[in-house]
Amino acid sequence: MKQYLLSVHSVEGAPALSDEETQTMLRETDRINDELRAAGAWVFGGGLLSPDSATVVRIENGTTTMSDGPFAETKEHIGGFWVIRCADLDQALAWAEQCAAACGPIEVRPFDDLSQA
Amino acid sequence: MDLANIYRAEYGRCVATLARLLGDINLAEEAVQEAFTTALQKWQTPPPNPGAWIVTTARNRAVDRLRRESTREARHAQALLLHQQDDPQEVGPVKDDQLRLIFTCCHPALAPDARTALTLRLLGGLEVPEIARAYLIQEATVAQRIVRAKKKIRDAGIPYRVPAEHELPDRLPPVLTVLYLMFNEGYASTAGPLIRSDLCTAAIRLARELAALMPDEPEVLGLLALLLLTEARRPARLGPTGELVLLADQDRSLWNRALIAEGHDLVRRCLRRNRPGPYQIQAAISAVHTDGAATDWPQVLALYDQLLALTPTPIVALNRAVAVAEVHGPAAALAALEDVDLPGFHRLPATRAELLARLGRDAEARAAYDQAIALATNETERAFLQTRRTTRRAS
Repeated sequence: MKQYLLSVHSVEGAPALSDEETQTMLRETDRINDELRAAGAWVFGGGLLSPDSATVVRIENGTTTMSDGPFAETKEHIGGFWVIRCADLDQALAWAEQCAAACGPIEVRPFDDLSQA
Repeated sequence: MDLANIYRAEYGRCVATLARLLGDINLAEEAVQEAFTTALQKWQTPPPNPGAWIVTTARNRAVDRLRRESTREARHAQALLLHQQDDPQEVGPVKDDQLRLIFTCCHPALAPDARTALTLRLLGGLEVPEIARAYLIQEATVAQRIVRAKKKIRDAGIPYRVPAEHELPDRLPPVLTVLYLMFNEGYASTAGPLIRSDLCTAAIRLARELAALMPDEPEVLGLLALLLLTEARRPARLGPTGELVLLADQDRSLWNRALIAEGHDLVRRCLRRNRPGPYQIQAAISAVHTDGAATDWPQVLALYDQLLALTPTPIVALNRAVAVAEVHGPAAALAALEDVDLPGFHRLPATRAELLARLGRDAEARAAYDQAIALATNETERAFLQTRRTTRRAS
């Protein structure tokens, strides 16, 4: 079994979802989560608040510093993610297809096997 | 049969089977290359079934090596091999393995350029310098594409399996595209000599194997038929001084009758299945071109109408316009080209030039020829357009 990160991306300045669209997305996401659990593929997942709420922690020359805002200096940020467990990329891509229908483009990225204790 | 030919014919099959046995493409390639090195030393004359000899030797070598090594890959591969120890002593290439490997090499998660390079390398048995020469790109670029693609297959867990029936609509087209592009690049190179027969041969061999493996997929048969019927006309495509000869002016006695018969037979099999697709229709068009003493243009136009409805691309619209000109005249064809846009492709202005010349609009025709000449990247094609520009003016 391999593990994959399925990440949802939000673009800064993109028009916000209407209430109805948000409801649909949440409903669809719940349905996908149920299916992932039923299939034994669920590891973890969730939506994130906006990048403004992020804090970056760094250790430089032995001193810890904190800075307000996200690490990546880009307009695209991770808006949420799933970690799933499945046999191969094709299965991960099939789940990603469902996720993309609910939440927009999904990046599928494999975990390093060595990091999975 | 010499070793080089055996290598070309058997390499892909052997790598495919070893990749299944070892669960890793790199290990499979190494093992197969070692086995061929051994063959070079040991064979006085090739054994009756060289593929089985290579697979057996490669597997035995791989087992020996894996016992000595203790990396993660080695342990994984050894586990797979032990799992399959119920195999008899002599193992041969398994056809399904090739199919698995083709689908792995052409997986949509790989970059299109990488799919072609990987397919040529692993299944076509072409070496990196040969692939680089065929595509006129740096060897280092080809090597890097292949390494990256193999790494992604392993890291991302691209499965080594034939897609299920319901996945085929998504997964078969990229495979057919790779074979089609491979043949096309061989048939009308972007630069250098017009025809690179090694690419055509590799594409046809792989298409034949795919058709043998998936005899119930009409688009696979359609693609094979299309390649065979195009290949059949190759001997007449260039004149005595290497110049391009148009279909209408080709010496039909030079066409390869055996390939035409095989292609026509495949087209008939497709028609019986009655599940038309873009490759089948293009094959049918080629079949009409190669049937009898002259082309039945109304039939070609009807087929292009069908093709355009199925795949409404500017290239199809351009090709259809040629048939329109033959059936309804050059003015109708020019009108059909009005909304066609193919930036940077010399064949659009070249076709417009021909049509304008036929209408006697000489100045416009010359301008269109100049445009086409400026865009053509292949020397043979540029020379052809130059000649047309001069001779059409006189007519």
